[in-house]
Amino acid sequence: MSDTFQWLYSPIVKEHFTNPKNVFDPDEKFEGNAEGVVGNIKCGDQMMFMLKIQDDRIADVRWKTYGCASAIASTSMLSEVIKGMPIRDAYSIKPSDIAKRLGGLPENKIHCSVLGDKALRAAIDGYLDKNGRSGEFKGEDAVVICNCLNITDKDIEQAVKDGARNWEQLQAATKIGTVCGGCKPRAEELLHEFVHIYGD
Amino acid sequence: MFVYMDYNATTPLREEVRLRMIEDLEVFANASSMHEAGRRARDGVEKARAQVAALIGARDPQSLIFTSGGSESNNTVFNTMYDLGRRPGGRKKIITTAIEHPCVMNAAKRLADEGFHVVFLGVDGQGRIGLEELERELDPSRSAGGATLLVSVMAANNEIGTVQDMKAIAASAKAAGALVHSDAVQAAGKVPIDVAAWGLDYLTLSCHKIYGPKGVGALYVRKGAPLEPLIRGGHQELGLRAGTYNNQGILGFGLAAELASRDLASFASRLLSLRERLKAGIAAAVPDVRFNGHPTKVLPNTLNVSFPGAEGEAILLSLDLEGIEVSTGSACASGSLEPSHVLMATGVGPELAHGSIRFSMGRGTTEAEVDYVLAQLPPIIKRLRRMSTVPSSACADA
Repeated sequence: MSDTFQWLYSPIVKEHFTNPKNVFDPDEKFEGNAEGVVGNIKCGDQMMFMLKIQDDRIADVRWKTYGCASAIASTSMLSEVIKGMPIRDAYSIKPSDIAKRLGGLPENKIHCSVLGDKALRAAIDGYLDKNGRSGEFKGEDAVVICNCLNITDKDIEQAVKDGARNWEQLQAATKIGTVCGGCKPRAEELLHEFVHIYGD
Repeated sequence: MFVYMDYNATTPLREEVRLRMIEDLEVFANASSMHEAGRRARDGVEKARAQVAALIGARDPQSLIFTSGGSESNNTVFNTMYDLGRRPGGRKKIITTAIEHPCVMNAAKRLADEGFHVVFLGVDGQGRIGLEELERELDPSRSAGGATLLVSVMAANNEIGTVQDMKAIAASAKAAGALVHSDAVQAAGKVPIDVAAWGLDYLTLSCHKIYGPKGVGALYVRKGAPLEPLIRGGHQELGLRAGTYNNQGILGFGLAAELASRDLASFASRLLSLRERLKAGIAAAVPDVRFNGHPTKVLPNTLNVSFPGAEGEAILLSLDLEGIEVSTGSACASGSLEPSHVLMATGVGPELAHGSIRFSMGRGTTEAEVDYVLAQLPPIIKRLRRMSTVPSSACADA
C-alpha cells in the first residue's frame, strides 16, 4: 500500500474506509429488529441500517452502503458511535458530529455523510411504528426535502438563519435541488416560510 | 508496484523531449526578433510547426497556430463563430455532440446564451453520432435554426475512447456549406489523423497528451477558413494568436509530434493487445461487468468499464491504495453531483455511470502492469459489492 503521500481524506476516514466496522454480512445471521433504507442509487449513494434494539438501547448494529469512500467511512463511524446508545439519543445525531469524529470531510463530501443518520432514523422510526409508538420522537427529527442530497427542512432553516434569502443563496449554501430538481416547489415554500420567520 | 493508467488525463514527458527542451533552455532569444539569435529561435519554432503539421496530414505548416493548449484552441474556434454569426445575415446554427469535452460544451453553451441555435447531437449506445441525424440537422427544411455555421465533433472521446467517422461527418457538413471542427486532443498519436483527407476546417491538438509538455497546443486552420484571434496583440502566428513564443514548449511539442507519428502504428498495435488483455482479464475475473463505448471503433489505449453495485470513487481510491491510478465517471469523484455526461449520453443510466472506471494505458504500460491490475481489481470489486445495498445483477442489464 502506498503511504508516501497524504491521502485524499483524513487518516480516520482512510481507516474506516479500508476496515469498515459493523458491515452487514449475510453469513453472520445477524438478528435485527429494526431496519431502514434511504438514498437513491441514481444519485450515487444508498444506505441501509439494521439495528438490534433492546430496552430502547441499540444493542448492536449492521449496515450496508452503495457509496463513495466518505459515505462508507461515515457510516462505519456512525455505527461505532451508536452502539449501546439509547435510541432517543441516536435519533438526534447530526451529520456534523460524525464529520467531526472523522477528522473532517471536504466540503463537497458533507452530503455523503448525511445519509447514515437518515438511514438510522428511518430504522428507529420503523421500530417505533412496529411497537405502536409512532412519532414518539416527533419534533426531534428532520424531514428530508431533497431526496437526492438528503437535505432536510432543518438544513433549509439553518441556511436561512445563516443568511440565505433566495433560491440561489439557498442552493449555494446547501446544494439543494442541484441533481433532479424535483424538490424545488416544496423547498421554495419552506424557504419562503423560514425567510418570513427569520428574515429582517 | 506503481501503475499509472490515466494517460488520457495526461502523459509523462518522453525522455527525448525532455532532453530537447532542456537543451533549448539556453536559447533565450525572442523568436520574433530580427537579429541572428532571434532568427535561430524562430527557426526552431518553424521546424516544430512542420513536425506537428506532419502528425495531422496538414500539407502547409503555416495552417497551424500554436496555442496554450486544447481549451484555448477550441475556444478560439467558437469565439470565431460568435463573430461570424453576429454579422448581418450570418448563420447562427451550431451542431456539436452530447459527449464533447467541457471546453467545447461550455463554449457552445455560451453561444446558445448569445442567441445561437446550438444542437447537441445524441450518440448511440456505443458513443457514435448518427449520420442521418446529423444530415437532418444540417437540412434547414427538416430542422430548426436555419443554415448551419459550424459542425464540431470530437475525433475520439476521452472517457470511452469511441472514435467518430470524421470523414463522413465532414462530407455531410461541407455539403451543407458548414464549417467543420474536430477536437482531436485524444485522437492524436493514437489513431491516424488526416485533416486534408477528412476535409476539416479546424482541428484542435494538445501537446501533453502525446508525451510532451503541458501548456502548449495547436489549432489547425485550413487556408482560407475564417479565424478571429482570441488573444490580440503582436503579429505572432500570422496575427492570429498574439503572445511571445513559448520556444521550449513548442520545440517539445514538435519533437513529441514527430515521435508520435513515427511510433503510431507500433504504439496502436501494442496498446490494442494490452487493452484486449485487460478486457479479457476483467471479463474472466469479475462477474457482472459492462464494457462501455464502441467494441472496435475505439482508441487502442482506453477501456471504460462499469461495475454495477460498486461505486466509482470507492473503486478508484481502493485501487489508489494499491498504487493503481485510474479515473472514474462517478459524480463523487468530480466535485459535481452529476455522473459522467458522456456515459449518460450513451444511455447507460446513472447506476452504471456512478460505478464506471476508465483505464487509459500508454507508452509505459506493460503486460506485467496489466496483470497486476487484474490481480488487485477483483477482490476490491468483491469487497465493495459485499457491503453494497445494490445487488450487482440488478443493474447489469440496465
